[in-house]
Amino acid sequence: MSDSKPKVAFYWCSSCGGCEESIVDLGADILKVVAAVDIVYWPVALDFKKKDLEAMPDGSIAVSFINGGIRMSEQEEMAHLLRRKSGLVVAHGACAHLGGIPGLANFWTKSAIFDTVYHKTFSTANPSKAEPLAKSMVDGHELTLPEFWDTVKPLDAVIDVDYYLPGCAPHRDLILNAVTAILEGKLPPKGAVLSPNTSCCDDCDRNETKPEKLTVKEIKRPYEVLLDPKTCFLAQGVICLGPATRGGCGERCIHGNMPCRGCMGPTDQVRDQGAKFLSAFASILEAKDEAEVDRLVDTIVDPAGTFYRFSLPSSILKRKKMEVVR
Amino acid sequence: MNSSSFEPRLVGFLCTWCSYTGADLAGTARMTYPPNVRIIRVMCSGRVDPQFVLKAFEEGADGVLISGCHLGDCHYQEGNYKALRRHRLLARVLEQYGIEKERFRLEWVSASEGVKFQKVCDEFTERIRALGPLNHNGHGGAAHE
Repeated sequence: MSDSKPKVAFYWCSSCGGCEESIVDLGADILKVVAAVDIVYWPVALDFKKKDLEAMPDGSIAVSFINGGIRMSEQEEMAHLLRRKSGLVVAHGACAHLGGIPGLANFWTKSAIFDTVYHKTFSTANPSKAEPLAKSMVDGHELTLPEFWDTVKPLDAVIDVDYYLPGCAPHRDLILNAVTAILEGKLPPKGAVLSPNTSCCDDCDRNETKPEKLTVKEIKRPYEVLLDPKTCFLAQGVICLGPATRGGCGERCIHGNMPCRGCMGPTDQVRDQGAKFLSAFASILEAKDEAEVDRLVDTIVDPAGTFYRFSLPSSILKRKKMEVVR
Repeated sequence: MNSSSFEPRLVGFLCTWCSYTGADLAGTARMTYPPNVRIIRVMCSGRVDPQFVLKAFEEGADGVLISGCHLGDCHYQEGNYKALRRHRLLARVLEQYGIEKERFRLEWVSASEGVKFQKVCDEFTERIRALGPLNHNGHGGAAHE
């Protein structure tokens, strides 16, 4: 290991692990990355401990890639520690960027989630009605666990974030471009999302099949229709978040004949991806009177979960209203 | 906060061609109605981005009103149809956010309907007064983690 090589760290917060996988998915190119940098902290792949990280001088890591949202106290603590040790912090993937799929839990509360997971599910046998506690005493010893919070937050809600690598998981080209830009010092302004600021539709092969006046008469879910592999999903009556979603993802879903679900988040011009998609989608519904609008709108199963599939914690309202106990 | 001292904070997006003129008529005709609706004039009810509505709730509004021309009377032909569809869809999303649908109201008020505007403000204010404060994300009171 040479001290002259920039030091890089990876960390995993509240996410599925797909972003860790996205590093490995660089394939042979990961060798170029490994040749150019020293990986000094990567719990999923290398045996470093928290104390090793704490022992490093502040600011000594060139860049930390943190994936996952912040759902527990341990994740916030590690995010702060990595921030202190790092020159740059990159929010890696949709969960760190926007909150991601785990962020849909913001439609519930901690108590509702615990109630389901530890008591109500059919497969649960929990006669003592135990729930995880941040602190508990066992045989005279105090045991601690990370605290589980009511609200999932995107990474930038707890620490300063320099760049965002969007996507679930980010496309390998985006990761390679980001790493190259960092190594060469050719970085965009702080706060940039490292993907083109254009909508998914801009790059979509199916854009040409979009009719002049796009309208939706009936809303269908992908399993209800035999999807044409070349026609615009919205023209087939299937909800596709492409118009309200940033491009640069490589359209892997579209090429797999599935509509866009919005993992890349909004473009720079948009504050709230779900609201913006709602606005666009409602405007193309073919319904002229109130009863017909109500009927059509009622056929959307879970509209908030669909429009905010990846972005609820970073939306304007962030979560379901908490019932205040007075 | 008890309900007697609670004054609802309401935001009203009014289209300039019909509803704003209707509100103006209510004013020039010296009709009295509660002052709780803070009026924001927009060119068309179809101009109201759902982000505006969410932003209002996020910053402490207890209710949001969108008011435009009657269906068929839109100055831009179909802006109010878009407002209608957005309203119905957004109302469902708001319910999933825990915001009662009564807090988000859509009304058609023409330029000559000062009396209707007065009635809408009366009803909306009393309805929200009865519902109580919204306090979404802790605004106006309790914080949460």
